[in-house]
Amino acid sequence: MDAITPVVIATLGAGTPLIYAALGELVTEKAGVLNLGVEGMMLVGAIVAFILVLTTGSTTVGVAGAAVAGALMALLFAFVTLTLQANQVAAGLALAIFGTGASAFIGKGYIGVALERATPAGFTLPIDIPLVGPLLQALHPLVYLSWLVFAGVSWFLARSRVGLALRAVGESPGSAHAVGYPVIRIRYLATLFGGAMAGIGGAYLSVVYAPLWLEGMVAGRGWIALALVVFATWRPARVMLGAYLFGGITIIQFFAQGAGVGVASQFMSMLPYLATIVVLILISRDATRMRLNAPVSLGKPFHPSS
Amino acid sequence: MWPNRGIAWQVMRISLEPRVAPSRAMRWASPLVAVALTMLLGVVLFAALGKDPLAGLHAFFIAPIDSVNGVAELLIKASPLTIIAIGLAVGFRGNVWNIGAEGQLVVGAIAAGWVALQPALAESALTLPAMIVAGALGGMAWAAIPAWLRTRFNANEILVSLMLTYVAQLLLNYLVFGPWRDPQGFNAPQSPLFPEAAMLPILIEGTRLNASVLLTLTAVAVGWVFLSRSFPGYQTRVSGLSGAAARYAGFSERRTVWVGMLAGGAAAGLAGVGEAAGTLGQLLPSLSPGYGFIAIIVAFVGRLHPVGILFAGLLMSLLYLGGDSAQISMGLPAAAAALFQGALLFFLLGTDVLVNYRVRVRRSATTASAQGAA
Amino acid sequence: MDPRPQPRLELRAIRKAYPAVVANDGIDLDVLPGEIHALLGENGAGKSTLMKIVYGVVQPDSGELLWEGAPVRMASPAHARELGIGMVFQHFSLFETLTVAQNVALALPGKPSLDDVARRIEAIAQRYGMPVDPRAHVHSLSIGERQRVEILRCLLQDLKLLIMDEPTSVLTPQAATALFATLRQLAADGCSILYISHKLDEIKALCHRATVLRAGRVTGACDPRQESTAAMARMMIGRDLPTCQHASSSGEGEPRLEACGLSLARSEPFGTDLRDVSFTLRAGEILGIAGISGNGQQELLAALSGERTLADDAAIRLCGRPCGRAGAAARRRAGLCFVPEERLGRAAIPSMSLADNALLTAHREGMVVNGLLRSQVIDAFTRRCIDAFDVRCGGPAAEAKSLSGGNLQKFIMGREILQRPKVLIAAQPTWGVDVGSSVFIRQALIDLRNAGTAVLVVSEELEELFEICDRLVVIAKGRLSPVRAAAETNVEEIGTWMSGLWPDAADVAEPRDRVAGHAH
Repeated sequence: MDAITPVVIATLGAGTPLIYAALGELVTEKAGVLNLGVEGMMLVGAIVAFILVLTTGSTTVGVAGAAVAGALMALLFAFVTLTLQANQVAAGLALAIFGTGASAFIGKGYIGVALERATPAGFTLPIDIPLVGPLLQALHPLVYLSWLVFAGVSWFLARSRVGLALRAVGESPGSAHAVGYPVIRIRYLATLFGGAMAGIGGAYLSVVYAPLWLEGMVAGRGWIALALVVFATWRPARVMLGAYLFGGITIIQFFAQGAGVGVASQFMSMLPYLATIVVLILISRDATRMRLNAPVSLGKPFHPSS
Repeated sequence: MWPNRGIAWQVMRISLEPRVAPSRAMRWASPLVAVALTMLLGVVLFAALGKDPLAGLHAFFIAPIDSVNGVAELLIKASPLTIIAIGLAVGFRGNVWNIGAEGQLVVGAIAAGWVALQPALAESALTLPAMIVAGALGGMAWAAIPAWLRTRFNANEILVSLMLTYVAQLLLNYLVFGPWRDPQGFNAPQSPLFPEAAMLPILIEGTRLNASVLLTLTAVAVGWVFLSRSFPGYQTRVSGLSGAAARYAGFSERRTVWVGMLAGGAAAGLAGVGEAAGTLGQLLPSLSPGYGFIAIIVAFVGRLHPVGILFAGLLMSLLYLGGDSAQISMGLPAAAAALFQGALLFFLLGTDVLVNYRVRVRRSATTASAQGAA
Repeated sequence: MDPRPQPRLELRAIRKAYPAVVANDGIDLDVLPGEIHALLGENGAGKSTLMKIVYGVVQPDSGELLWEGAPVRMASPAHARELGIGMVFQHFSLFETLTVAQNVALALPGKPSLDDVARRIEAIAQRYGMPVDPRAHVHSLSIGERQRVEILRCLLQDLKLLIMDEPTSVLTPQAATALFATLRQLAADGCSILYISHKLDEIKALCHRATVLRAGRVTGACDPRQESTAAMARMMIGRDLPTCQHASSSGEGEPRLEACGLSLARSEPFGTDLRDVSFTLRAGEILGIAGISGNGQQELLAALSGERTLADDAAIRLCGRPCGRAGAAARRRAGLCFVPEERLGRAAIPSMSLADNALLTAHREGMVVNGLLRSQVIDAFTRRCIDAFDVRCGGPAAEAKSLSGGNLQKFIMGREILQRPKVLIAAQPTWGVDVGSSVFIRQALIDLRNAGTAVLVVSEELEELFEICDRLVVIAKGRLSPVRAAAETNVEEIGTWMSGLWPDAADVAEPRDRVAGHAH
């Protein structure tokens, strides 16, 4: 293997959980729902997947279980905010804290247990292309799946009728209701999708990336995913770009330490968080552009009979 | 999903009817209902884990406070939660979402620790006041970053303040693993112990209860006057309820952001001083067991009202102690406390619907038309 | 006489109660095929609730709906549309970021292709004389064009009943005439139309039958072509239409509020740029600004009130002093008071008490000392406001949202007037307000003018402007027309100007309108 391939593989790997979480949140937000609980949903997805893989030995079961667990967390949020009309910001914070506690509670007995390192998909190309060939062999199937999810979400939002309806609900729930769309149901489904994706993102961390369970192991990636959606101005392609950018920043520290850069590791570890702040500044400066792209009804409750 | 297929969904079994005026009774009852539901969750959870539910509740809610020392511990943990929650409430009332209090607490503690570790101040009577001021300023400085980025660049304060929490924790790790590491500490990541002059005085001999609770009680009073009796507090409340109304009246949005963020930062910084100079007497990586985050729950459960927050802080502190007690006496994971704390906020947000809505349960989809034909 | 044809829609004893009010109380109504049926009533009479029930947005508490003779439960708007019922809302239900074709497609069953939808839009548009570009984004359309899209969206289905809620409130008189032609053609094709309005003249001109509502009950039915407007007004409000006492202006007062070449770029993505706006408002006069909503009123009001500040300090003068850079608080200190269009959420905070709402702008009336609130002073001011302006409410502790539109508006108007302003700006002062309160509010504005205050009224209701204003000016596409004395102009002239066509505008339109790209 050459010098670049490991860097690219590590970058793609580090970016993948962000892709799942951010694409899921993007769909949720496009429907007008702001779910700040991504961190909590990822954590619960991570521990559920970890336990399932440990007990069944099947990554597929683990990932599917994480998606269900994430969706169940999102269902809790959706019930409180969409049916009971609670403040979305507060409920999102509650979900984040609750998920942190719940995952620690469930995962108490699993700290320090390690899984076998996941096997890559091992795709082989018919012809041998330098860089790409070894790269594709080394990637985990969940990385490929994230590309499929990206393609699916892009098509769904831009081309499908259901996607059009979802955007309409996010822009003006009152109008969508008047035209005859089931606003609350569409919002429920979008929120559940976001939860399932966050769950898969967490599963990737505990089953493929680490692969082990640590309390709070998501380490702010759920919040970074939220920032990514803003950074991407609610466009899927930019989510991909942003996620890999962050993936690259995350792995700098490992390579820098390997190269013996004379900066304390703690300062290198700060980079993803500081980068998030810088990105938020750059993207938020133009308030008009933000407002043009943000779903108009984001975070606002909707009650059909009022 | 399409209009012609969406009919059945329109009939929800539970329907909410807006009340003419919010129910005052429910406003106070809903936190109690939420607490009851949390206890119910506890019973179910204990039973599911094969423990005696009643013993579990006793371990959680009674055992921790059946002694003077227990009550002192309750107050020690309630103090940082309450003071931070009051600071955060000033922001939350104005729609300023500072969720980085944990980081502001850490920076406050670092600032106070820096003062405490100055050899020149080891014997001085000024050390403690200087630490308190430094802690508050440290927390404010850390909160000023998201405030400035929000007012200057429109950057989301939720995300910025949270990212800075991770940065603050890493900064603390760097200090206690590196330059501030105790030379006599057998290589453990911790600072040297603070001198006696840098410690908050103990209020009740034989317990760890220290003067930080006095700071908290002062904050309750100041917070109440600010939010309920002062014009700037009124302006903050207006900004939170309606940005358009605040602009119409000529209230400055920037000021609301700054006041809200700095109040939270100062309070969190003071809580950091309380931890470093009260219970610990040194800087450690695990300075706070998540006080900055749990204070968010305290603020909401306390209805963003200083007196309510005081009670909510005591309750949440009890959950912390209960988690420890249940771990020791029943072998329950300590994380159960965090689970209950999160669940409590969820239940509260859920039961709050009763303040503004009346719940009506319809039996079936056809009830309305049957009424109509009658 | 012919046997009565089968009504397309029948309502029997419809009742709908909200926590604070019974909106509909035993309403009976029937609409025949091909009939234009007016639903007449003043604001708050229950017209909109009734139409939402017909369209399935709101469910009645009791009563029965019959569609073409068969009882039906209108479960949702989707259901209503399946039956062939379309509705054009007063506040449109369009999605601004989508194209016309996408908006229409969203409302159609099945999965038609956008090209197909576009073709059908063009065909129908041509037939009913309502040109619109299917590929245009809704946010780039004028209000009149948006209304066309709403109607087209209904027409693309097999439409049997069209409900129109106050459709002319957003149109120039000329555009309203064009709309009537379309509606008559629709009715001639067999479509029933339920036409909601409180404007007697247009009901006389358009409708075949009228049902009159007052306070949630049917108080009369008539043939509006035969009935006098005075008789219909009595059915609507239960007495003769009250009028204001209006003495002519006392002459030239000193300039209080001046705009000189005020230009301001939009702040909202779909807003309007203000271009070179100039006017002078004098003490002791009421100047009215007419115009269709969305032509820059919001931006002008924000600039005048100080909610948005300007780079050029001299573009606005308050009592002779430049104040373009001063914020809202500074302008209030200099004697400006403002009653905005949005009562709940801007002029008042819905969940706060009236006393707390009094504090919002009247805090300079001794309510704050050393940063602390003086509740007795606040309470006394609030009571004074409630008494002087006849605000029906549960006292100073009542929440703002518990008041009816008219009473809340009287409270807000009172709060501003009791601060003895040098300049008062009022936007849509009687929008959504019952007739009695409207007259009270207009009279209050006239009295204020007589006391020497300079009053600026921005309104979409021409009748109102002609009733109370001394001078009139029109805003269109962010620019102001020449000023006319109210006595020297008429509805036709102002109506023409409302589409941006005033005499000296035509000469300068070419170079200036390049920016907007929508020059007529």
